[in-house]
Order: sequence, then C-alpha cells, then structure tokens
Amino acid sequence: MANSVTEQIQGLWNSDFSVAYVQPTAFAGLHVLEFVVPLIIAVAYLTYAERKVLAAMQMRQGPNVVGPFGLLQPLADGLKLLAKETIIPSGANRGVFLFAPMLTFLLSLVAWAVIPVNAGWVVSNINVGVLYLFAISSLGVYGILMAGWASNSRYAFLGGLRSAAQMVSYEVSMGFVLVSVLLTTGSLNLTAIVDAQHPFWVSLMLFPMFIVFVISALAETNRAPFDLPEGESELVGGYNVEYSSMTFALFFLGEYSNMILMSGMTSVLFLGAWLPPFGISALAVVPGFIWFALKVCFVLFVFIWTRATLPRFRYDQLMRLGWKVFLPFTLVWLVFMAAVLLYNHALPGMQGG
Amino acid sequence: MSFFDRTAKSFLLVEIVKGFALTFSYIFRPKVTLNYPFEKGPLSPRFRGEHALRRYPNGEERCIACKLCEAICPALAITIEAEPRDDGSRRTTRYDIDMTKCIYCGLCQEACPVDAIVEGPNFEFATETRAELYYNKDKLLANGDRWEAQLAANIEADAPYR
Repeated sequence: MANSVTEQIQGLWNSDFSVAYVQPTAFAGLHVLEFVVPLIIAVAYLTYAERKVLAAMQMRQGPNVVGPFGLLQPLADGLKLLAKETIIPSGANRGVFLFAPMLTFLLSLVAWAVIPVNAGWVVSNINVGVLYLFAISSLGVYGILMAGWASNSRYAFLGGLRSAAQMVSYEVSMGFVLVSVLLTTGSLNLTAIVDAQHPFWVSLMLFPMFIVFVISALAETNRAPFDLPEGESELVGGYNVEYSSMTFALFFLGEYSNMILMSGMTSVLFLGAWLPPFGISALAVVPGFIWFALKVCFVLFVFIWTRATLPRFRYDQLMRLGWKVFLPFTLVWLVFMAAVLLYNHALPGMQGG
Repeated sequence: MSFFDRTAKSFLLVEIVKGFALTFSYIFRPKVTLNYPFEKGPLSPRFRGEHALRRYPNGEERCIACKLCEAICPALAITIEAEPRDDGSRRTTRYDIDMTKCIYCGLCQEACPVDAIVEGPNFEFATETRAELYYNKDKLLANGDRWEAQLAANIEADAPYR
C-alpha cells in the first residue's frame, strides 16, 4: 500500500505537467530561498550591528545581555514583535493599511533576484538588470506612501509625503549615476558590469559618481541624515506611527533589507562585487561571495557610520542638495565623462577602432 | 577666492570627512557604560537612600519618640505614636514612614538628636506593590539591623564635616 502511494507520487512528479511547470517552480522556489533566508538573517544581524556600531561611536556598549555579546538580541526582538498585537486604527483603510508593509518587504526582497553574489550566483541573470533594480527601488516609495495615506494620521501622512518627494528627487541623480556606469561598461547586465575592467583613470572619473550614489542611496533608503520620513523627533515615527507587531516588523525588515540591497548595488556597480579588491589576484583564494559580503558590510558600515556622525537635514536642505547640487553635478559630470571616453576611444562600442 | 575655497571645501566634503574621522576615533575610546546590576557607582557617605531606625550596641532602640522628625518632615511622611514603656522610658509604639510620600530630603536625620532615624546607602528597594512602601517600625528596625555596619561607618566618615 505504502509502496503504491510513493509510486503514485513519483508518477505525478515525473508527469508531463510536473516536468513542464511544477518542477521548475519548485526549483526556482528553492533557489529563491537560498537568497531570502540568508538575507533575513543578515537583516536581523544588521540591526544588531547597527546598535553595536552606534554604541561604540557613542562610547556605549550596546546590547550585551541576551546571549554571548548580546548576539541573540535580534531573535529576542523578533519574538517580541511577533508576540505583540496588531493594532489597526479605526479610521484606517484596512486593506491598504495591511498591504503597504507587505509591499515594502516584498519589493525589498524581489530586487535581489538580479544581484549576483558570486560569478554566476544569481537567481535571474537578465540583461536589463540595472533597469530592473532601478524600477524596483523606485517602486519602494509606494509602500511608504500607501502606509502614510492608509493610516489616516497626520504624522504618517506627512512622513509618506516627505518620503515620496525625497525618493523621487534622489532617483533623478541616481539615474544619471547609473548612466555613467553604463557608459563605461556598455551593458545593463549586472554580471557584465562587474566583469568589465576599467583602466585606472576611468575608475578615478567614476569616483565622484560613487560618492553621489552612496549619498543618494542614503536618501533612497530613508537613512540618516535623510531620515525625514521617519523623523522620530518631529513626526513621532513618520509613516509607521500607526503600525505595530508584524506589520511594523515588515516595514523594519523592508527598510533594512533595502539598506543591504543598496549596499549590494553599490558593490556591484562600483566595488567589483565578488572580485578581490584592487585586482590583487592572490586574494582570489578567498571565495567570491565572501568578498561580496565584505564589500556589502563595508558599505553598510558607512551607512551606520553616517548615522552616528551627521544630524538630520532640514527638508529644504534635502531638496536643495538633491535638485541644486546633485542633479547639475551628475549631469555635468556625465557629459564630461562621455566626452573624455569619446576622446580616448574608450566608449563600449569603440574599443576595436 | 573665498568663494572658490568654500565651493571646493563643500564639494570635497572636507568638513564631513573630518566629522567621520572624529566619530570613528570614538570607537577606540574607553566605554563609559556602567554595567549597572553588576557594577555600581561610588556613593557618598551622605547619600540619602532608604530609611532605617538604629539601635544601640546593647540592642536598645535609639529612638526616644521626641517626634522632631515627624514635625520637620516637609512631606508629612512620618507618623509617630508614643507611650511610656513598662520600665518608664519613653518609646514609640508606632513609627511609620510612607515611602511614597518621602522626598528624601534628609531633614529627619538632621533633626534626630540621637541618630536614630537615618537615611542609609540602600537605593534598591523597589517593590511590586504600593503597600510594601508603607514602612512600619518593624521594617525600619530591620533595616537598621541589616545596614548598621555601613550606617555607623557613614556617620563616622561624615562626622568631621559637621
């Protein structure tokens, strides 16, 4: 009897339908889990790292009670959030209110589909990877805007509006930065971008763009000093004031995995992802994904470092920086870069002649 | 020229890089944290914490029910009732301190002519119920017995300055 059941299951598994649809879906699902599970663990420990680094920079100790060196603190925090009650304000639009955190979290995970963590280690190696990333990170604003609107609270609404304006402003200069990277590599495929080797002077020209990109990434992820959408000292908590329990946890996870995503993007676009640093081939004995992780950690450290260093921008300063400094600067620098590349016959299609 | 300087400085993020270097240097400075339940800060001999009623070395309670502490207490936290004891000496029959009213001003111990009521070094007497903070004579005497060594040392340490 048991034999026949296993045979039946095997038969189903090997049927045409299964081979055509079920098996690929299952494998893709496993493939996705390979990325999502480490990512969620990384998010948990990013919160821990943030608290530890901030504490160190403020001459404090940070979490040190739960487990050795406080290493179990993220688990305890997660459990606490899970055990809490989800409160939905009576004036809120229930559907949108609940959908917003899910969207934020989902979008922050979906973008990882195209990030290569090692040579060939990527869920989907599509040729328009950069565009896809840009599109997904732009969609991120919807989660926050929806949360702000659906909460039916003034603080949340203000936070949502600020976030929308801020993300739109910084996406413009970010777009120019991406175009400059494309100019030097000639591909939208992230693996190809990593593999493209630049001469030193090209890297030197890309450096200001790298700085602009990191600063814009701070603005995109609503991190200090651009954390106006949250602004706990002025907007209580911004778009997530009305959220509690798992709905809040999803926002939190989404925000932090967006941080990791932006660091991943930075390391793919500018830091050579899995390649050993400075082209030292002796360092290639360390597996590529470890280099990638180290580079991501470095950028994340810079994010946290920034939070420990800089006070929050005023809103007009934020807009001034986005529109009156970054936009003209990236525009001019892009034209300059294009001109230099053209003069040196270094544009992607021109290498041959 | 100053315009050029300013623009160059802000574009090269000079001030921001300096700030970053400063915060980074703070990582290597010693931490100021006191691991409170495991480490504690120093206390002055004058520290005014939980109250205690002291006894003489022979076990006789010091309090003579003069009620000066009750009179001076600005928060009206002390309640005393007194009667002559069988041997004719005047003693309290009731000595209550409402610790929820007490403002820890220390006037009771200043007023006491026999150093009976004192505020000791203990500040960790949080309770789960309010009722536990209505101290009676037994509780105060028990406190005195528990902390006597330190109370006596503190009074002696502070004596030269009075």
